[in-house]
Amino acid sequence: MIKRLAEFAEELRAAGLPVSMVEVLDAAEATRHADLRTADRLRVALAATMIKSDRHREAFDRIFDVYFVLDGSGTGPAGDEAASDLAAAVADTLHRDDRDRLLELIREAVERFGRLGAGSHGGDNFYAYRVIRRLDPEEIRKMLLEAASATGDRFDAQIARSRVERLIRVLREEVRREVLRRVADTRGREAAMRSVDVSLIEDLDLQHATRAEIDAIQRAVGPLARKLATRLSQRRRHGRRGRLDVRRTIRRSLGYGGVLIDPRFRSPRVAKPQIVLLCDTSGSMATFSRFTMQLAHAIASELASVRSFVFVEGIDEVTGLFSPRNNFADSVARIATEADVVRADGHSDYGRSFDEFVERYLEAVTPRTTVIVTGDARSNYRAPSDEAFRSIAERARAVFWLNPEPERFWNTGDSIVSAYAPWCDRVDEVRSLRQLKRFIERAALPGPGERGSHRMGRPA
Amino acid sequence: MDVFENPDAVAAALGAAGYLTDHEIAQVVFLADRLDKPILTEGPAGVGKTALALAIAEATGRRLVRLQCYEGLDESKALYEWNYHKQLLRLQSDEGKDWDDLEAGIFTESFLLSRPLVEAIRSEEPVVLLIDEVDRVEVETEALLLEVLDTFQVTIPELGTIEASTQPIVVLTSNNTRELSEALKRRCLYLHIDYPTVEREKEILRTRIPDLDESTAHRIAEVVATIRDAGLRKPPSVGESLDWARALIALGLDVDAGSTVGTLNVLLKHQSDIDAVAAGFTPVDDR
Repeated sequence: MIKRLAEFAEELRAAGLPVSMVEVLDAAEATRHADLRTADRLRVALAATMIKSDRHREAFDRIFDVYFVLDGSGTGPAGDEAASDLAAAVADTLHRDDRDRLLELIREAVERFGRLGAGSHGGDNFYAYRVIRRLDPEEIRKMLLEAASATGDRFDAQIARSRVERLIRVLREEVRREVLRRVADTRGREAAMRSVDVSLIEDLDLQHATRAEIDAIQRAVGPLARKLATRLSQRRRHGRRGRLDVRRTIRRSLGYGGVLIDPRFRSPRVAKPQIVLLCDTSGSMATFSRFTMQLAHAIASELASVRSFVFVEGIDEVTGLFSPRNNFADSVARIATEADVVRADGHSDYGRSFDEFVERYLEAVTPRTTVIVTGDARSNYRAPSDEAFRSIAERARAVFWLNPEPERFWNTGDSIVSAYAPWCDRVDEVRSLRQLKRFIERAALPGPGERGSHRMGRPA
Repeated sequence: MDVFENPDAVAAALGAAGYLTDHEIAQVVFLADRLDKPILTEGPAGVGKTALALAIAEATGRRLVRLQCYEGLDESKALYEWNYHKQLLRLQSDEGKDWDDLEAGIFTESFLLSRPLVEAIRSEEPVVLLIDEVDRVEVETEALLLEVLDTFQVTIPELGTIEASTQPIVVLTSNNTRELSEALKRRCLYLHIDYPTVEREKEILRTRIPDLDESTAHRIAEVVATIRDAGLRKPPSVGESLDWARALIALGLDVDAGSTVGTLNVLLKHQSDIDAVAAGFTPVDDR
């Protein structure tokens, strides 16, 4: 058992879950006390000792399924109903909430639809998506809805729909597990492990995340935004000493016979950090800009002095739409319809956007402002207008650029990162939560006298 | 019967204390006792993380010692403080004595003001120690807790180390507003408590509100689950769904579109949430 646990821990670490030595020992200790007759009990014991974050639970569950829930009879009853009958039967059992019968049906469905000839390593391969497609969740959803909402009241229909969505989630999850079990049965644990998707939310590519993943990301963004907010304000507090306080210095000197031995300084005015966010919301940035808007929304609910702007071809202020009173979904919908960012053809134009910013909103940037730009700097071969960007950067306290593109694609094609990079304190590739976290940890604002060489001549 | 005989006994005991567990909660509590480890519960606000500690205290008949965390919590509020006034009185009444005697005299346990952590450790009877909303303290302050959580002892420079005479059961709660430090997490068993399933919420409603009949409870649980799925700023907590059920009973209302929309302010605390849900529930021809 210890050996198996060690292997299991190794597999968790390989998937990126932090499992320490102590935690493995705790898990071993827990298995001595836990009632190990059921897999669920073991699962709870191991999860409580080895996994310390809800975000890691899904990956943990999948790996656990491969390692500990493999045994069990393989073949289900080989009925010869058509796929539509099977779907009807599944809908019926879901409706009656009969888990045992549901598992039987799923086993049968996987046996019949999930198999795809002999795989390269011998033995059959099974695919969850084939099963799901043949079972037709849409059809099942419709049948369940019909069964549920006989009355036709809108209120009841809404409640029924929500219940059906929960049931469909159960169905998908059970199919996935059954397929995994069959893969492990026929092709061994190694193959099963390879077929498991254990990507963590931290590592998801923000540009290509699905809707469900975006929701999960959204929950993780809140704490990160808070961290960014506190980081920026902390820097203010510890960052620099104020000017010499002549009155207090002379008062202190009286104790030393008038020698100015103990200079006193005014404590710097504690100012709230100000943030100006510039988000590229063009088509190429669709998913990512949704994420940056989440970030903007989260930061806006942490700090009072945040001004948000979106740009594509031109720029428009959307600060009001991100007010903490507004629901995030509403904000996004209103930005899509109300923000005035298209000038001629709706293709990104960074140069023009920065020009417009300087023209209309430059007063938003003060020496206390941190400017955060999010975008891929793909400006469709239009003039970069780096002079405008420079004048923004010179007024600001710091400028950070978050680019969702992999660094190796920067400055290829119409990407003009290098036109703006000299004026930024940092340009970071941020395409996953992990990278965002790293950015926030490193987003040290420049201390006095150590600003980048380009920042010379900035107004005091 | 021993409360910690096995997970089922834990579930039964907590159930008798009015806290309905699922198999996961019961087992983690059971393991916490066996491994002598603190439980770190995390999850959305209002799913019964704090209530779990209260129920454990009630089920085991132990006293509950509670440390409410907040930004700026420090040693003198969490661990101990010297009773300065008493020390001063003692010094004044002992004038003329030898310095060493005096110094030894004023740093003894009788001059110590116990704050929750030290109180839990010095208690003669075993206690349940609840460290509530630990995510509110700064990362640096978390370190204060580590010695207590690790070995159930506290080191006071002037006195030495105080060890727990009885093993406290420790429950920490976090609303996940920030990541807790690895050091803290490593020392705890982790328990994520999410919103209950419809079935469990129905049982919770029935346990806490005996007048509620089964079908109404089920319907209330379903409506609440539907509202939670709607992507709101602050989904209704279990406490709020209990309040809502009580409100419906008090008003003598059935659970339908009209009564739900009319009483949404019991469930939801943000106007934008209330508007969104009301819009979803109102029949089209009424608008």
